[in-house]
Amino acid sequence: MEYEEAKQKIVETLTKKLKTKSKFYFNDLAKILESKPREAKKVVNKLVQEGVLEYWSSGSTSMYGLSGTGKQAGAEGEDKEK
Amino acid sequence: MAKHKTPMLDQLESGPWPSFVSDLKEQAQRRAKNKEGVEFQIPTDVVEDLLGVLELSFEHGRTHWKHGGIVGVFGYGGGVIGRYCDQPEAFSGVAHFHTMRINQPGGKYYKTDYLKQLCDLWDLRGSGITNMHGSTGDIILLGTTTPQLEEVFYELTHNMNQDLGGSGSNLRTPSDCIGSSRCEYACYDTQGLCFDLTQEYQDELHRPAFPYKFKFKFDGCPNCCVASIARADLSFIGTWKDAIKIDQEAVQGYIGGEFKPNAGAHSGRDWGAFDIQKEVIGLCPTECMIMDGKTLKINNKECNRCMHCINVMPRALRIGDQRGLSVFAGAKAPILDGAQMGSLIVPFIEAEPPYTKIKEEVIEPIWDWWMEEGKNRERLGELMKRQGLQRMIEVLGVDPDPRMVQEPRSNPYIFWKEDEVEGGWDRDIEEFRKHHQR
Ligand code: HEM
Ligand code: HEM
Ligand code: SF4
Ligand code: SF4
Repeated sequence: MEYEEAKQKIVETLTKKLKTKSKFYFNDLAKILESKPREAKKVVNKLVQEGVLEYWSSGSTSMYGLSGTGKQAGAEGEDKEK
Repeated sequence: MAKHKTPMLDQLESGPWPSFVSDLKEQAQRRAKNKEGVEFQIPTDVVEDLLGVLELSFEHGRTHWKHGGIVGVFGYGGGVIGRYCDQPEAFSGVAHFHTMRINQPGGKYYKTDYLKQLCDLWDLRGSGITNMHGSTGDIILLGTTTPQLEEVFYELTHNMNQDLGGSGSNLRTPSDCIGSSRCEYACYDTQGLCFDLTQEYQDELHRPAFPYKFKFKFDGCPNCCVASIARADLSFIGTWKDAIKIDQEAVQGYIGGEFKPNAGAHSGRDWGAFDIQKEVIGLCPTECMIMDGKTLKINNKECNRCMHCINVMPRALRIGDQRGLSVFAGAKAPILDGAQMGSLIVPFIEAEPPYTKIKEEVIEPIWDWWMEEGKNRERLGELMKRQGLQRMIEVLGVDPDPRMVQEPRSNPYIFWKEDEVEGGWDRDIEEFRKHHQR
């Protein structure tokens, strides 16, 4: 998959889910990209570098979200998926 | 006068032990007085407020810290642990109270001027509170605000040649024993391997893409000074293949009282004359040592390299010459299924730079498997339990080995697959019936 196509796919899917969920595990992103973790990692790294995605970390676990979306409340499960 | 009254915390100072409460009060005082005239970049009363919010948590029986956040330094997804207080009005000094993990130097070797530089930096841009080398091994700087993160990172990387460590779902700060730099028991260069892997896996260390945390720890011998066997997803523990080297004269020296057992480490009280039978031979877990006249003999085939005899008589007994390491996988602290020690997955592998075999035949296949099949927040040890040791060794492409079995019926059985058996499951029933009735 080309980078631009991958980016579009991630942005579209994450935007669609935004109402219910703003933070995603790396695995969720790999699934969206339908690729092996190592391949997915290259794309995801670049998306972070470009500021499309941003990291969220609990300290023990890391997640990803579209930059500037979601609130701290997400960490408390207040915007769980229905 | 303390800013907040803390009767419950004060209680914690009453015991005979050193108390973090006393330490924090001292630090609060030091900041308030500020004799050195530091231009504090975060609130001066950060430590007062830390004590205050802790007292409030005791009073309420619940925490007043939020969990996690979007903080970090540019390009890194780990190394900073965001912490915010949910009572920012009452305790503005700890409204932000982020932790920074600093990748400790190899073998934890550093000079006092490094330590001073680090403390000066943290007094200026953080709370001044540190936590040196806990379970993780790293240097932990506790408590700063978001705008200070990049500043601290810049200082560390540009002026102290010092990187951040790991946090979150990434490779955590690798941790090693002092190894061959000072220890004659080292079976490989722990700092060499630790540094090499730290460099090789920079991306894994700084950009989290694992299902959960992952730890490497390096012990030069089975004494396990960094406790790798209990704390690392992959533990690299030095060992040797050939015989323990025995200096019979020195053995007699111990027996005759010329040398102190354990290099005099137990000299705090009089334990009586050294008794080799009771203190060494009788304590060998595999019962593989005997005294044959005046000669100490070891059945090295049975020896499991527990290090006991060598620790007691270091002058007389030395590690063998064919050195390398064993790899154990899956150790972890509780949460799911309780604490777990590492399981032996590679009995022996050479540990010479550039460590290609260790990287390509051990670490990377395991990561590929875990990244693909591990559930979110599932440690390697939990995946191993869920899918079985057999799956693990399939991933590594190694044959089952009796040394991987702790004892019959505790490890899972190894089952044959049809394609591993000559002729598969089919058999000539006619031939079979010639020998066996229905
Ligand atoms: C001196 C005689 C014997 C010795 C030393 C002996 C020893 C053992 C040992 C060490 C085990 C393994 C236990 C385990 O791993 O859980 C075992 C299991 C077993 N033995 Fe014996 N055994 C003896 C005689 C017998 C006899 C005479 C029988 C039957 C007629 C028998 C039937 C079994 C069975 C069925 C098991 C499996 C039990 C299970 O399901 O765990 N054994 N025996
Ligand atoms: C070369 C001969 C044999 C071998 C290698 C062998 C091996 C085994 C093994 C590995 C088990 C444990 C299986 C498990 O718990 O998953 C087992 C169980 C058992 N074996 Fe054998 N066995 C042999 C002969 C016999 C004979 C001759 C008898 C009885 C006459 C016998 C009776 C049993 C019984 C009752 C069990 C327990 C079954 C159970 O726990 O459900 N075995 N055997
Ligand atoms: S683990 Fe072994 S080699 Fe490393 S410092 Fe301890 S005793 Fe020495
Ligand atoms: S190292 Fe341990 S197992 Fe090996 S001979 Fe010494 S005491 Fe026995």
